Amino acid sequence: MSFDLEKIRKDFPILSTQMNGKPLVFLDSAASSQKPKSVIDTIRKYYEAENANIHRGVYYLSQKATEKYEMARIKTSRFIGAACAKVVIFTRNTTESINLVAQSWGRTNIHEGDEIVLTELEHHSNLVPWQMLAQEKQAVLKFIPLNQDSTLDLTNLDEIITERVKLVALAQMSNVTGTIHDLSAIIRRAREVGAKVLIDGAQGICHLPTNVQKEDFDFYAFSAHKMLGPTGVGILYAKEEILDTMPPWMGGGDMISKVWKDKSTYADLPARLEAGTPNISGVIGFGAALEYLESVGMQEIRNHELELLQYALDRLEDFGGLELYGTNDLSKRGGVISFNFPGVHPHDVGSILDEEGIAIRVGHHCAQPFMDFKGIAGTCRASFYLYNTKEDVDSLLVGLKKVKEIFGRVLKR
Amino acid sequence: MSLSDSLYQEVLLDHYQNPRHHGKMEHSDLHQEGVNPLCGDEVELFLKLDGDIISEISFVGKGCSISQASASMLTDSLYGKTISEAKSLLHQFKGMLLEDKVPNFSEEYEDLESMEAVKKIPARIKCATLAWNTLEKAIGK
Repeated sequence: MSFDLEKIRKDFPILSTQMNGKPLVFLDSAASSQKPKSVIDTIRKYYEAENANIHRGVYYLSQKATEKYEMARIKTSRFIGAACAKVVIFTRNTTESINLVAQSWGRTNIHEGDEIVLTELEHHSNLVPWQMLAQEKQAVLKFIPLNQDSTLDLTNLDEIITERVKLVALAQMSNVTGTIHDLSAIIRRAREVGAKVLIDGAQGICHLPTNVQKEDFDFYAFSAHKMLGPTGVGILYAKEEILDTMPPWMGGGDMISKVWKDKSTYADLPARLEAGTPNISGVIGFGAALEYLESVGMQEIRNHELELLQYALDRLEDFGGLELYGTNDLSKRGGVISFNFPGVHPHDVGSILDEEGIAIRVGHHCAQPFMDFKGIAGTCRASFYLYNTKEDVDSLLVGLKKVKEIFGRVLKR
Repeated sequence: MSLSDSLYQEVLLDHYQNPRHHGKMEHSDLHQEGVNPLCGDEVELFLKLDGDIISEISFVGKGCSISQASASMLTDSLYGKTISEAKSLLHQFKGMLLEDKVPNFSEEYEDLESMEAVKKIPARIKCATLAWNTLEKAIGK
């Protein structure tokens, strides 16, 4: 099927709204994507006609809700290329998925003196849980350094990933610079030393065709809300033999097998790691989001974003005076552009663009170690998704021209 | 006049580009750091007192134009004033931004009125009030 941008845009009601009296130009999908009508309608339909709790009721509605919830799990496993549905655990978000691994697998398997390897480009979600675990267990955090173009410097990989390393945790794609990491070299090295690999797929899965089995991820964490689904739904995939050894991390309903006054036995996967009533409408809505993405095609989405990225980079380069971050090798980059006006703080840029109806993200993007590496307070970030157009890029440039006019006097260069 | 034109006026950009009373101070009587964790704006205030009078005042910081210009205006306004005058000005400034009160600054403080436009961008009010919240902590101690 061909990539029909006009049709896609019509599927997203918010894209035809106005912001501050101007047509909305949404360039912040890396923070959270917009939702197509099919997802919104699926959630509405659930609450209007299908609402019930799952896994317990013997009545029709509960059975129906359970069926739809579990169907979303099957769709998720198919979407990421997992072997079966029970290795898909629903959480609240990527952060919770990573904390689940840290608290359950990590506390069981990481001991004093063990090492955890991260990169200097990690999002706080894939940094702070490991800091907490390392402090508790007296383990050591190590970092794969960066090249100036924000790609990973893998020259000393063998010295960084040693026999002491139990886990390597890194993002598939950076939320700040859009860098797509060369995971295969890192995974190969992790296998040599027997370390597990966790991939933070929050920014990857929404933009790149991904197959967790072919790419040999041990853990894969991501969120529904960055891939057209609702907020409050996260996913943790892990290999079945790893999940089998992971103890529960939250106790409560649904995760038990049998309960006495003084002890309990626990349910099989995936229920063992999903305590309490989950975000039922959200998971069902996520199922609709996956169907939407599949109907368009992940490779088509990737191709479209590459075209936009090239167009935007060229125009920003021509604009002059901007500091652009990230690699120019587009095979190693997704549709994210971070930049700065030297001398103008990103928040000032964000406010001026907002007035023009243009939504971008400004600040440190929850990646402060990267900002320290670059010696900057933050960046302006424009991020693309399947519904963005070259006209959106043109609007951004018009907005930036306004920033230049207003701040002309204080701009460096 | 558009919102950003009314906010990013000459007076704000001038304070941003040429901050008044900028720099660290040795042997200050009052010293307070302030930070907005979500955006990373920082302001550090130094005050020297002669009895009740603010005989010296300075700041350092980093962040957006609004946070830094506001800190510059604060130091400019309070230099040579008494602590009770500082409290009253603080009250007026925060009242203007947080309680939607009509500002009624005397002529010597008129730069502060340029900050009123921040009200129209609620996300930025915390930038404008950072230095003032920091002052509140400093003189409250």
